[in-house]
Amino acid sequence: MNEPLLSVRNLRVEFPTRRGILTALDGVSFDIAAGEILGVVGESGAGKSITGAAIIGLLEPPGRIAGGEIRLKGERIDNLPADGLRRIRGKRISMVFQDPLTALNPLFRIGEQLSETIQLHTGMKPAAARERAVALLTDVGIPAASRRIDAYPHQFSGGMRQRVVLALALAADPELIIADEPTTALDVSVQAQIIGLMKRLCREHRVAIMLITHDMGVIAETADRVAVMYAGRIAEIGPARDVIKNAHHPYTQGLMGAIPTLVAAAGRLTQIPGTMPRLDAIPKGCAFNPRCPHTFARCVVERPELLQAERSRAACWLHAKAAI
Amino acid sequence: MSAETKDLASAPLVRADRLTCRFDVSRPWLERVVAGAPRQTLTAVADLSFEIARRETFAFVGESGSGKSTVARMVVGLQQPTSGDVTIDGISMSDPRSAAAREKLRQRLQMIFQDPFASLNPRWRVDRIVAEPIRAFGIADGAAAEQRVAELLQLVGLSRTDSRKYPHEFSGGQRQRIAIARALSANPEFIVCDEPTSALDVSVQAQILNLMRDLQDRLGLTYLFISHNLAVVRQMATRVGVMYLGRLVEVAPRDELFARPRHPYTRMLLDAVPDLDMVGRQRKPVVGEIPNPISPPGGCSFHPRCPLAFDRCRTELPVMTDSAGALVACHAVADGRIS
Repeated sequence: MNEPLLSVRNLRVEFPTRRGILTALDGVSFDIAAGEILGVVGESGAGKSITGAAIIGLLEPPGRIAGGEIRLKGERIDNLPADGLRRIRGKRISMVFQDPLTALNPLFRIGEQLSETIQLHTGMKPAAARERAVALLTDVGIPAASRRIDAYPHQFSGGMRQRVVLALALAADPELIIADEPTTALDVSVQAQIIGLMKRLCREHRVAIMLITHDMGVIAETADRVAVMYAGRIAEIGPARDVIKNAHHPYTQGLMGAIPTLVAAAGRLTQIPGTMPRLDAIPKGCAFNPRCPHTFARCVVERPELLQAERSRAACWLHAKAAI
Repeated sequence: MSAETKDLASAPLVRADRLTCRFDVSRPWLERVVAGAPRQTLTAVADLSFEIARRETFAFVGESGSGKSTVARMVVGLQQPTSGDVTIDGISMSDPRSAAAREKLRQRLQMIFQDPFASLNPRWRVDRIVAEPIRAFGIADGAAAEQRVAELLQLVGLSRTDSRKYPHEFSGGQRQRIAIARALSANPEFIVCDEPTSALDVSVQAQILNLMRDLQDRLGLTYLFISHNLAVVRQMATRVGVMYLGRLVEVAPRDELFARPRHPYTRMLLDAVPDLDMVGRQRKPVVGEIPNPISPPGGCSFHPRCPLAFDRCRTELPVMTDSAGALVACHAVADGRIS
C-alpha cells in the first residue's frame, strides 16, 4: 500500500508551434493511491485534460512529453512504444470522455462495442464476452440489460449513454479510470445519478478515478483529494474538505469565493481580477502573481514549489516559513 | 402625479398570459403517407402565465428541454407563440394592431445570449458591434455615437481603446462584456438573459454576474434570467419560476424557494445539485430522467418520477395554487399531503 498506483513526477508537456514552444504543463507532480478518487479542477486552459491525455498516452501531436516521468505501480509508462502502451491503455488505465455520443460508435450495437473491448483485453470467447457485457450493463444500472444490449447508441438517452461508456471503461477491470468532464454534458438530476454510480463503482471494483472537471460541486461530492491547476501547474493539492473549506493558495481562495452556492448569503461574489495568462505569456515567478492580492518581491522572480500548508500543499511563497 | 400614471408604475412590466408554443416535428409528408404515420407535435411551452415587476430579476430554471429558452424567445418576439400572449408595458407582442407601438417598444428590450463566440459578428470591430443598436434606432450618429460607445465600454469594464479591436482579440468573459455593452447601448429597460454565464469559467462568471447586478442597480434594469444552474439563479434572482417539460411547476420569491421548496420536482432538483457543502455527505438518490416531450405522461408530467404520486396525479393536470407565498402546481401540495 506504500507505493502509489500512479505517480507523476515533474511532468512537462510541450507543443512546438511555428511561433515557438508552448509549455502546456510544467513541473506537475502528484500521486493517486489505489481505489482513490483524485479530483483535478481548474478553469479552461489550465492543463487538466492535457494531464489526463499525457497519462493515457493520447496527447495529440505535436504535443509531447518533454520531461518528467509517469509510473504505474512503479513501471514507467511515459516512454513506452506504441504496442506497449496498447497493453495498458483500455486495460489497466481506461478513459471516460465528456460527450458519450462521440465516445460510442453510432454504427455498432452497444453489445458489439462492449464485447470487442472485452475480447481484446481479456481474450474471452464471444459468448462469454457477451455474458460479461450484460453483467457490466446491469452493474452500471441499465434496466433490462439483456435486451438493451442489442440497441444502438442513439436509442439511449444521454445519461444512459454515459452509463454505457462507464461499462466500456470497466470492461477490462482497469486499475485507473481517467474521467474527463464525465458529467458536464448532463442535466443535474442525471449528473447526480452518474456521480453516485461512479462512487459505487470505485468502491466495489476498487478502481482509482482521476476525475477531471471544472465543477467544484462535483469534486466536493465525489473526490477524496483535489488538485487545483492554474496555467499548467498545480497550485494546490490536498484532501477535498481542506481545499474547499480551508484553501491555502490565493487562487484557490479566490476561486471558492467566486462560486455561487445554495447555502451562503447571495451577496457579491469574490472577484479575481484579470484572466488566466495564455500559454505563451506565463509570467515569471509564480504564474498567479499579477492577479494575486498578496504578491511580494519573491513571487515575481522565483517560482514556488508545492509547500506544506497544514494538511494540503500549496505552490505559494506565503507558506515558505512553515516549510523551513 | 395622477392616479393613472401611479398605477402604471406599479403595474408589472411584463405579463405573459397562457403562453403556449408547439412545434411540428412530423416527418416529411411523403414518408408520413407511406408509413401511415400521423403528424407529431412537440409542446415546448404549455399554458405559461407569469408577471415580471419593474426592477426585479425573474429567473426561469429547469433542465434541458424544459422550455425555458423558448419562453425567452417568445418574450422578446423572436418566436411567435401558438397561443397566448406577452404584453410588455401594456403593449401586446403578437397583436397586429399594436405593431406601431411595438416598434417603439423594441428599443426598450434587449437580449444577452449564452455563447459570446457566436453572438458577435467576427468581421466587425467592437465599435461597430456596440453602436449597431444606437444607429438602428436612430439614437445618435457620428461623434456622438462614438462617444456613447466609449462610455459603454468603460461601463462594462473595458477600455475605450478596445473599440478598434475585433472580437477574436478578446477572451470569453471580455466578449460577454461586449455583448452586454451592445445590449445596453439603446438604453433598454428590460433585458432577457439566456444562460449568460454558462459558457464562462467560474472566476469570469463571478465578474459577469457582479457586473450585471451593478448595472441593474445603476440603470434600474429589469431582467428575465434563464439558467439551468440553481446556484447562479439564487445569486441573481428576486423571484424564481421552476419549469418542467414546458410547464411552470412552482413560482416563489428566491429565499422562499431555496429555503422551503414545495413542489417535489423542485425538492429533487435542489437535492441533486452538487454543492461545495456536499463534502463527504450522502445524498438522496435521484430517479428517472426527463421523458420525451413529444409524448409526455398524462396528468402531472412529473408523476412517473414523483415519490408522492397517486391516482389523481396520473389523470388530472394540477393547476397553480397559492401555497403560503408561493404558487405550486401539485396535487400533493394542494391536498396538504406535504407541507
